[in-house]
Amino acid sequence: MLQGVQIDLISEDRLSRLTSMEKVRLILDDVMEGNIVVLEKGLAPDEASKLIELTMREIRPDGFSGIEMETYPESEAPAGLSGIFSRLMKKRPGSRLTVIGPANQMKMIKKEKDLISAWVSSR
Amino acid sequence: MSFLIRARKKFSRFLRFFLKKNRSRIGIYGPPNAGKTTLANRIVRDWTGDAVGPVSEIPHETRRARRKENITITGTNGGSIVIDIVDTPGVTTKIDYHEFLEYGLDKEEAIVRAREATEGVAEAMHWLREDIDGVIYVLDSSLDPFLQVNIMMVGIIESRKLPVIIVANKIDLPDAAPARIKSAFPQHPVVSISGLEGRNVENLYEQMTEFFG
Repeated sequence: MLQGVQIDLISEDRLSRLTSMEKVRLILDDVMEGNIVVLEKGLAPDEASKLIELTMREIRPDGFSGIEMETYPESEAPAGLSGIFSRLMKKRPGSRLTVIGPANQMKMIKKEKDLISAWVSSR
Repeated sequence: MSFLIRARKKFSRFLRFFLKKNRSRIGIYGPPNAGKTTLANRIVRDWTGDAVGPVSEIPHETRRARRKENITITGTNGGSIVIDIVDTPGVTTKIDYHEFLEYGLDKEEAIVRAREATEGVAEAMHWLREDIDGVIYVLDSSLDPFLQVNIMMVGIIESRKLPVIIVANKIDLPDAAPARIKSAFPQHPVVSISGLEGRNVENLYEQMTEFFG
């Protein structure tokens, strides 16, 4: 049988159809099964807060020990008129591609402005 | 820009007066072992002679949010504020009891500590969403500030529009590099201190009266 790790890449389009709680639950259930989740677009701050809280509630001794998560830094807000416009519209600079995995299987090796390097082991 | 900040402060003072809320609840947040309780004890001791809780080198010594009420802080600028200090458990995305075994705890103690720590982190997140008016975000200045949990937490605090002061703690350590923290969070005031030795805390008090007043 083929041994390995499942990687689920979830599109921005799919994420946008989910409520915050559905999004967080989808990620957490997937990661708790030992999968690596890659989100095309990162979570909003409130969703990140819920993800931390729910993760804590799922941790068990000798079982799930939490998540490892990494995202590119937010893209810079546009300067000039368009920047002022986006601030007026309360539009935050978008969070970017995010990778989430089980803490006991995934270790971040390197993170730069435009590169995330991670090491993943199978269970 | 300073006009806008002054106007916002006046408006928030007006709101507090109008809502009869005369004290701000200031949460001390940060990753585990950044020196949050040491700083909370320093603040509370300096202004009331009391303490908040015990400190330890073992991560997650603080596993419940602890509040100390009615602390009056006066800055060297003459400004004064009355606050409640809320010392919170260190925020993280992972807790494994095996980590505590390395500090000499037996398995049962380590499992209990891990369970209480998970509850504590969830509680700290809840406080941040519901009951906190301002944040002191404490970082160990000898460690990399660009950790995802720090970026996420500062993002969450910003999204809630809470005033925040970043504290670059442990400047007494030989490899402390508070400049890295300043470059990681240029959008917020950063105060370099040693909570343990009390170095530069008067500067923090001045910033607190300025930002949380």
